[in-house]
Amino acid sequence: MYGDHSGTPEQVWSHDAYADDGDADFLALIQADGRVEPRDAMPNAYRASLVRQIAQHAHSEIIGMQPEGNWISRAPSLKRKAILMAKVQDEAGHGLYLYAAAETLGVDRSELLDKLHTGRHKYSSIFNYPTLTWADMGAIGWLVDGAAIVNQVPITRCSYGPYARAMVRICKEESFHQRQGFEILHTLSNGSPAQHAMAQDAVDRWWWPSLMMFGPPDDASPNSERSMRWGIKRFSNDELRQRFVDMTVPQAQALGLTLPDPELAYDDTTGHWRTGAIDFTELFEVIAGNGPCNAARMAHRRGAHERGQWVRDAAAAYADKHRSATATGAVA
Amino acid sequence: MSDTDIAAYALRLGDDALVLAQRMGDWIASAPQLEEDVALANIALDLLGQARALLTYAGALVLGADGGPRSEDDLTYLRDEREFVNAQLVELPDHGDFGHCIARLLVFSSWQYELYAALADSADQTLAAVAAKAVKEVDYHRDHATQWVLRLGDGTPMSRQRMQHALDAVWPHVEELFETDDLVVRLVSERVAVDPAELRTPVLAYVAAVVDRATLAVPVTTVRHSGGRRGIHTEAMGYLLAELQHLARSHPGATW
Ligand SMILES: [Fe+2]
Ligand SMILES: [Fe+2]
Repeated sequence: MYGDHSGTPEQVWSHDAYADDGDADFLALIQADGRVEPRDAMPNAYRASLVRQIAQHAHSEIIGMQPEGNWISRAPSLKRKAILMAKVQDEAGHGLYLYAAAETLGVDRSELLDKLHTGRHKYSSIFNYPTLTWADMGAIGWLVDGAAIVNQVPITRCSYGPYARAMVRICKEESFHQRQGFEILHTLSNGSPAQHAMAQDAVDRWWWPSLMMFGPPDDASPNSERSMRWGIKRFSNDELRQRFVDMTVPQAQALGLTLPDPELAYDDTTGHWRTGAIDFTELFEVIAGNGPCNAARMAHRRGAHERGQWVRDAAAAYADKHRSATATGAVA
Repeated sequence: MSDTDIAAYALRLGDDALVLAQRMGDWIASAPQLEEDVALANIALDLLGQARALLTYAGALVLGADGGPRSEDDLTYLRDEREFVNAQLVELPDHGDFGHCIARLLVFSSWQYELYAALADSADQTLAAVAAKAVKEVDYHRDHATQWVLRLGDGTPMSRQRMQHALDAVWPHVEELFETDDLVVRLVSERVAVDPAELRTPVLAYVAAVVDRATLAVPVTTVRHSGGRRGIHTEAMGYLLAELQHLARSHPGATW
């Protein structure tokens, strides 16, 4: 998933962590790395946590359309405009697949959207940061889609079949997004001094928030354990974060851009890049609703939904009329 | 036939597609439902693709001040408002009203459909090829608009009223699409262009049939706005271009 909302355990797990773990058959299936399908018996807590995770993932996809949608009208070339439009469209598609995957668990999209609109469901905090320059389209693609891929590739092997299958398709598209973001930054970095500065500024602003997309450190994330046992989560937050850092540092070098961490250093003994300490107080502030764009993102989402109410009502009324018209026709 | 004439004609069609793509792009992340974000983005992308092909062609036919061809981006980002030659219909703002977006799309896609269907036989190979590809795309746009006009017209009492108002609002801009001028007359005689006047009957017949099925009324108005082909636009156009062009113009000569 896009990440980080696993950070506040109470919100993710409404059940006692060890109750209702599932019967022996269920656990045996999971341990054999089998796939759970919609009609299979599953523990209520497994179902509930999947619904929440898939829904929050879906919400993140659709809220994530806003920061990039913000630059469609201003894209600086028609080629970039087309790529950006297609990218934001892909994110809408990801939202659709994921809501459909959640629906296989017996909920419906309108109910999940309602939870988003009333603040009972979260979405990834990364989208509560503003997109201030064109270079942010590059930084988001490179870092945010890049982090999303690292988070999501393991979900292609998630124990719940429909979620795993949705993720296979999504990951393919996310890797295009990441490459396109890299290419935007590469062009800027090698462009005019003003363009290079724009690219560096964007990386300075997006680097730390992208590291926080993996959620809090493992020692502060107690409920990951059950998620692992159920085959919903395969790697810990810190493992995934490390994988992302190791992948990204050489790419930053190729871009000719500096990651804003003076303590970033290669550790010869482990073969990993070590970062400075991450300031998670900022992440928790943003999760608590105090990020720069939390209010704006929610207002935009609710506004679009409310302005579209008459349209959805009309479509439903039209479908009803024509269903009954067909039925009447059949009798006559 | 002169290259200047062909370029001027391609520019008109390219500007139509470009400006409507810009308007449709505003709906992505703001549509009434997720399926519609996807559908409107598809339409915007198709229009943008048409614009790019047409502007590239126009820019290659007539050399710029530096003696070289003008690129799609030169034409998009570096022309001033009075040099844009799109019909006014496509620049009208929606103000977040989906009904307005759909009313405009119904009229415009019906017009583009008839236009491209005929232009596919143009004596100009490039225009013919662009049209042959675009007509299939526009067929889908027209169908999409048609389905929505039916649902909104024949949906709830409120949606019927809103859809009717939206049709009323775009109607004063419909006749401009069918205007002929000297440029078109010259190119029609060379079998390069399609005479817009000849599109009037089939386009209005299609639109009227949809409006009628949707239990709506074809608007009656004596108001006729026009001037887009001569670079006379509505006040909304300046803001559209300000947003479209600002970044590119802030970095003269940059590549992106
Ligand atoms: Fe996505
Ligand atoms: Fe993406």
